[in-house]
Amino acid sequence: MHEMALCESLRAALEDAAQAQNFSRVTRVRLAIGAFAGVESEALRFGFDVVMRGSLAEGAELVMLEESGTAWCFSCGTTVPLAGRLDPCPACGGERLVPNGGTEMKIKDLEVV
Amino acid sequence: MCVACGCGSDAVTLSGPDAAQTGEGAHTHSHDAGAHSGPHHGHAHGHSHAHDHGHDDAAQPQHSHAPGLDARRMVEIEQNILAKNDGFAAQNRARLAADGIFALNLLAGPGAGKTTLLVETLKALSGRVAAAVIEGDQQTANDAERIRAVGFPAVQINTGKGCHLDAHMVGHALERLPLPAGGILFIENVGNLVCPAAFDLGEDKRITLLSVTEGEDKPLKYPDIFQDADLVLLTKADLLPHLDVDFDTIVGNVGRINPTARVIALSSRSGVGFGKWLAWLEDARRTRLEQLARVAEERAQALRGAFHTAAE
Repeated sequence: MHEMALCESLRAALEDAAQAQNFSRVTRVRLAIGAFAGVESEALRFGFDVVMRGSLAEGAELVMLEESGTAWCFSCGTTVPLAGRLDPCPACGGERLVPNGGTEMKIKDLEVV
Repeated sequence: MCVACGCGSDAVTLSGPDAAQTGEGAHTHSHDAGAHSGPHHGHAHGHSHAHDHGHDDAAQPQHSHAPGLDARRMVEIEQNILAKNDGFAAQNRARLAADGIFALNLLAGPGAGKTTLLVETLKALSGRVAAAVIEGDQQTANDAERIRAVGFPAVQINTGKGCHLDAHMVGHALERLPLPAGGILFIENVGNLVCPAAFDLGEDKRITLLSVTEGEDKPLKYPDIFQDADLVLLTKADLLPHLDVDFDTIVGNVGRINPTARVIALSSRSGVGFGKWLAWLEDARRTRLEQLARVAEERAQALRGAFHTAAE
């Protein structure tokens, strides 16, 4: 359940941004979540509603944009697109792959008042 | 609750030698807001840049907080959600580098043998290498007590409901564990094969433990915790003759998720494979210290160079 911790971190980032950017309420948060970021979208959505209650982002819409994943294939030595962590390399069928794209979770933008 | 910890509403507590006094006994330090004592490391702000894209009416006063559709605007923030943790981790890393300390983050599920590995490792290091331990658990100071029983300093972090250690908690624990240059800091994370993977603590090396009793497919089921490990220790290897698991399959599955990790099978109880682990530890420590020494020498040369240039 580290999605709760992510939401706490997100709230702190929103509070910092509110000071720096001079806004008092957040009505929409757009996140970019990589396919290999290790985040469960439903758990994040649940955590978001709980953690934002009573904050400047209470009731804000949460939009999660999925970023597709890529991985380095140790068999053919190239970066390849990869949908699932345990999928074989689409180029050579190799099984030893390490994600090198779609590993991050970022705040993209906010709609604020 | 500490804003940066973000691990639930329960207070995080530290117990162990106090920052100011290195006396004995478990001193509990409540980590509630307002209860902070001792030197507080600065709060980093992750790299972020933000710009407004105005839907703003030009006639609208700048500081208007009036709600309403017309006042809505977009603020772009390209920032990692974990930027705050990463900032604290960078501070820890800089502090450890400045002090010449080699830091390890140990990750595993509960019961894989993290504490037993540490106890046996510390016995082997005793009298030769200075070391200290940060213990992470939701409850109890049992693990820190096991470390202190073999004569090494330990701070226990109790995360309450929190499922992992974060860099902010580790920063506070560091204040209580003075180590000489060349010392080793072991950070034993909360027993959990999922969450600790996402949180950089500022460590030099990441070690994931998997006991052979846990089965062959754990690396495939929980890839994140294995993916970034520099070393994977397959513990309780003395039990292999009694189990139905295929050892080569475990090693193959680790290699599939993390092809570059070194894999060592060992038993803290029988001692099999333990020498290989101690050799890895000594080698990694030497490499780290040599790297820090090189950086220090380059800096010294740059300073001397600047002095000579100025003098000419």
